This record gives sequence, C-alpha cells and structure tokens, in this order.
Amino acid sequence: MFIRFIFLTLLLTANTANAALNVLACEPEWASLTQELTGDLARVTSATTARQDPHHIEARPSLIARARNADLLVCTGAELEIGWLPLLQRESGNARIQPGRAGYFAAADQVRLLEKSGVSDRAQGDVHPGGNPHVHADPRNLLKVASALAQRLTELDAANAAVYAARNQDFQKRMAAAIARWEKEAVGLRGVPVVVQHKSWSYLAGWLGLKVVADLEPKPGIEPSVSSLASLLDRLKSQPAKLILRTAYHSPKPSEWLSERAGIPALELPYTVGGSAAAKDLFGLFDDTLAKLKGALK
Amino acid sequence: MFKRTLLAAALACALPAQAAAVSDEDLSKLRAEFDQKLKDIQAAYEGRLKDLEARLAKPAVPVEQATRPSTSAANPELSLILLGSYAQRKAGERRPTGFLQDAGIGAPARGFSLNDTELILAANIDPYFRGLATLILADGQASVEEAWFQTLSLDHGLTLKGGRIISGIGYANEQHPHAWDFADNNLMYQTLFGEHLVQDGLQLKWLAPSDTFVELGMELGRGEAFPGSAAGGDNNGAGSWAIFGHVGGDVGEAYAWRAGLSYLGARPQARESLLVDNGGVEASTLFSGKSNTWIADLIWKWAPDGNPKARNFKFQTEYFQRDEAGDLTYDTASGGANTPGAYRARQSGWYAQGIYQFMPHWRVGLRYDRLNSGSLDFGANNTNLPVADYSPTKWSLMADYSPSEYARFRLQLARDHAMQGDPDNSQISLQYIYSLGAHGAHKF
Ligand SMILES: [Zn+2]
Repeated sequence: MFIRFIFLTLLLTANTANAALNVLACEPEWASLTQELTGDLARVTSATTARQDPHHIEARPSLIARARNADLLVCTGAELEIGWLPLLQRESGNARIQPGRAGYFAAADQVRLLEKSGVSDRAQGDVHPGGNPHVHADPRNLLKVASALAQRLTELDAANAAVYAARNQDFQKRMAAAIARWEKEAVGLRGVPVVVQHKSWSYLAGWLGLKVVADLEPKPGIEPSVSSLASLLDRLKSQPAKLILRTAYHSPKPSEWLSERAGIPALELPYTVGGSAAAKDLFGLFDDTLAKLKGALK
Repeated sequence: MFKRTLLAAALACALPAQAAAVSDEDLSKLRAEFDQKLKDIQAAYEGRLKDLEARLAKPAVPVEQATRPSTSAANPELSLILLGSYAQRKAGERRPTGFLQDAGIGAPARGFSLNDTELILAANIDPYFRGLATLILADGQASVEEAWFQTLSLDHGLTLKGGRIISGIGYANEQHPHAWDFADNNLMYQTLFGEHLVQDGLQLKWLAPSDTFVELGMELGRGEAFPGSAAGGDNNGAGSWAIFGHVGGDVGEAYAWRAGLSYLGARPQARESLLVDNGGVEASTLFSGKSNTWIADLIWKWAPDGNPKARNFKFQTEYFQRDEAGDLTYDTASGGANTPGAYRARQSGWYAQGIYQFMPHWRVGLRYDRLNSGSLDFGANNTNLPVADYSPTKWSLMADYSPSEYARFRLQLARDHAMQGDPDNSQISLQYIYSLGAHGAHKF
C-alpha cells in the first residue's frame, strides 16, 4: 500500500514536471506573447527587462543556468542578441535550444524586416545588416509571430495542441480588435515628424505613419556625442520635429539635452512590456504608447 | 586464430554492422541497391523540377513570404585582432624573484611594438559540433593558440571540448590578451602559465539543472605547457589534469557574481626555468617532479538596472597556491655546474582589480598583484640559489577609451616590484586593440 502510494506520488510529480514547458524569452515582449499562448501550461521568464538594452547584455551565469533548463527559447533573432545569445546556447549544454532545433524560435524570421541593407560595413555604425530586428513595435507583426509560435508550441507539446490553437485564436481576435481601435485613435499622429533614438522605433513609425526626420545616434549603435547632438540641433532648424522618442533603457541625457535646446518634448515610451507602470502586457504596452504620444502632442 | 577473431571483433565495433564481413557477392548486391536508389532519387528530382517549372510558368501568387534574415556572419565566422603598443620601461627581464617560471617567457618589449595579431575562425560544423581555431601571427611564424571542437548536442548539461583548448581553470585563464582589462598580464598568471594555460587534450563540462549556475569541469591534457614540460608530456596517458567548479548567479537586478575553485596537476620532467643565483648570474635550472596548483576566483559585477551599456563596475580577484616537489638541477647550461638537489616549494599569490566604466566609452581600472615566496627549499642547492624572503608586488592603473565596441585605446601606469632589488621600476604603456569581422561574444 505504502509503496503504491509512493509510486503514485512519483508518477504524479513526474507528470506535472513534464506538463509545464520551460520557456526562456530573450525579451519581455516575447515572454508576454508566450504567456498569452500558453497560460499556465508553461513557466515563462524573460532574460532581460525593459530597462536593459537587448543589444548589450552579458552572458551572465544566471542566464546560462536558465538556458540550461529551457525547453524553448523565444528570441527576436536577426542578430539583435548576437553579442550574448550564441554564448548562452553553446554554454548551456542543452541540445534542444540550439539554432535550427525546435527549441529555438526567432520572431524576426516570421515577419518582413525593414531596413534590410545587406551591407555590413561598420563605418556605417553597428548596423543590423540582416534588417531591423525591433519588430514587435508594430503590433501587426505580433499576429504573425503568435501564429508561428503557437505552431512551434504544438510541435514541442503536442498533447496540448488544442489549447495553443484556441489561445492563439483568442489572441488573434483580441489583438486584431485592439489594433483597429489603436489605428483609429492614432489618426492624428499620421505625418507627425519625430526624432528617434536608435532604430528601435522604425516599426512603430511605419505602422502609425510617424515621420522619422532624425536619429539621435550619429550612426546606428553609436552613442550620441555633444558634437553630434549640436549638429542635429542645427538640422532641426530647417527640418523641425515635434517629439523626441527614447526607450526605457536609453539614458535620458541626450534626448533631454536636445529637448531643452530645440524646445520640443522628449518622450520616454515603454518600448516593451514592463517599460512603464501601465505596460503590463502587450495590450497595455500599446495603450500606454498611444496615450503618451497623444498626450505629448496636446 | 585468436588474433583474427580479435581483428574481426575490432572491425565489427569500428565499422557499421553491415560492413563487418564483406564478400564479393555482398558488394555486387550493394552496388545494385545503390544504382537503384540513385535512379529513384533522379526520378524524384525530375518530378519535383517539372513541378517547380509548372508553378513558375503560372502567374506568381502574392505570397506573404517570411523573410529569413540573411546573417552578416560568413561561414566560418572570421575575425582578426590587431594589437599594438608603445611602452616605456627598464630594459631586460623582470622575473618575479623566487618563483620558477617558464623559461620561454622573454623580456617585454620597449618602445613601439606590434603585439599578437590574432586570426580567429569559428563555425558550427553541423548540428552536433562547433569548431574554432585561433592563430597567432608573428614575423615569420604562425602558431596555433587554440584549435578545438565542441559538442552542441550531448545535452543533459554536458559539453565536451577537444583539441588544443584554453583551460577552464580560474577566471582570467580563458581570456585572450585582447580581452584583458590591463595592457599586460597579472603577475599570478604570468608566473603560473606565462600567458594562460593551454591544454592539448579533452575537457568535459557539466552544468547542473538548477536555477543557480553550478558548473563542474575536468580536463585531461598532454601536459607539455608550463607547469608541465615537453618531456613530461612525452608519455602515454595524461601529463596534466585539471578539475574545476564554478557557481554564480544574480543578486537583484543590478549585481551578478561568479566564484570558482580549480585544481591543476602536472608531472613535469626536465622543465627549464631561469633563476638568479647567489652570484647574481641568471642560471638555468631543470625541475622534475610533481606540480599541484589550486586557484580560487571571485567576480562581482554591478550595472544599474542590470544594463551595463552606459555604466558598470567589475571586481575581480584570484588566489593561487602552488606546491611543487621533486629534483632540481642547477646551472644546466653547457659547461655549467649541473648540481642536482631536492626541491620543495609551497608558494602562493593573488591579485585584485576593479574596473569602472563611469560613462559610455570610458573606463578606469586599478590592479594590485602580490606573490608570496612562501616556503622554498633547494636542498643541496641552497648554497647556490637564494631562498629569498621577498614578496613581489605590482600596482597598475589604467584608463581606456572605446569609441565603439570594436576599438579600444589604453593608457597604463604601473610600478613593478616583481624583482628584488629593483626599487623604482615605473612603466608606462599605450595600447590599441581593434577587432575586425565577426561579432565576438565575450564571456562574463
Ligand atoms: Zn537595434
């Protein structure tokens, strides 16, 4: 009797351990999306927070340990994480999450990338030659990524295929409705000239019709300097902008410097989930982004 | 007869089962099978080609095609490190007093000099293996710094590396000179390994399935590199062996740490070192015996919100203890005294350094090195060799500027008291480091 009891508990614990997929997302937006699709079928964590620059993360021991135990990595790809992700994969001793395996999912592979130069001359800065990887800033991309991710989850955990399909369908419906609402709300933003910090905002600008007239970074990935900001200030005289956009992980100094002198507001947008108090999930992210954009233009 | 069975058994193990016993009949059967398969494949391809042609002929259907990002990385990834310096220092060698060191370490260059030019080629070979080679190019020669394969799919946290590998012991050992935070090596690693320990052999690492980073590793090597020796490596089996363990994690979002303990054993034979004898003459010595080294390391990093891009701080310290016992022959140059004697030493040392990036592009750093001569006994050679009670020390202060991730310029000031009776040895170095090509991922 006692032995049967032990056996049963073992079986049960083994089962529950199996049931939950262990997902490590590279960025908070993908953690949030995975959570939408899996509910409590997965244990989802993010390797980075909204206050961390995903281009410049260190392959810390804690991240290697988490990669070791992951069944699935959900990352941006397109070389955004090239400085740290390959190291996590190689050091993890985890065959499931290697490039090309089902346990490695790259969101950028699912959508059409902007600014695909193919040129990798670093005299042009630290460019993303494979295309701009900051794809989640256009919520229409989230729909495509969600469908592909749901399919991948099914591949890894066929037993719960129906759940992933249903949750994806539900997400598609809610997100499509939200996008329609956001697009209606954002009509006034069309054509508004903005200054951005890094190419983080290309997809958002493309979606909302914001006109990017300048970048704080003199070359992609190169920190703005006083002289580069001064020449930018000069340029804004002939080509005025209404807003300066930065992410939560950027230092506020360059945009505040320019804001003061050019007399236009500098705006910190959440950029990703967790980037502001209101950006609790992907829906909150865009609700807050639009509210902040519209608020700053009033 | 027995030999033939043995051979057959060996073949059966070595070759796929089908090939174990091959007769002419089998061969012709195989050939027929092969021909048939080839025909099948050709037919299949022709079918698919026709299919494709038919589809191409039709008006193109607008398909939302997922764009696979074309990676900039060539296969293999290729990078080149350019390193050069200008140094102002006293001429000649400045060996830490009282420590047996690799005789191959020459005097550091003064004035303008080109340092190691490193060419690195790496790629995932297939889904199962990764390969990397680092070649060091110098005038008239190229040397293989490392050349290894690494498994990618052993799973269960296991990774096997083989070939010429940079040992996983300690912390600074795995760093190449271009990744150093100072213009020169710390005294500890310079004394122990010259630059760093490179093993020809195998390394097996295991990462525990826990949320805390726990890594265990072991290495078996040829044992030719210091503290081993060429003659010590010339045998069957391993001439050196190492085990190491590392643990690490985060404390909140802003702090990350790693600590480790490593052991290295070697059995050098006729290992050459240079020592200044009681007459003030640099004499060569040969050591044969046992060499055991323990290393403890600790790394502590800070970055506001865990975002190191703009500001960050790194504290790094390592401690070693080296025990060597055996025979040491003094003055082995041709025509030298060649006096044998027992040798027993238990010596230790440490360094600690802090690097602070106080704003984008700019870092400053301070390092202190200290070696403790410990207990040193040359046996019968105590009359020839000094048993100095001297602790080599060195202070280094550096500042560097990195206009981008791929370039760095450094100024370093140092006061080097590694050698006894060298009271005022100040050094100034200026250095540039460029990395071209593939985006190298640096370890924690
Ligand atoms: Zn970017």
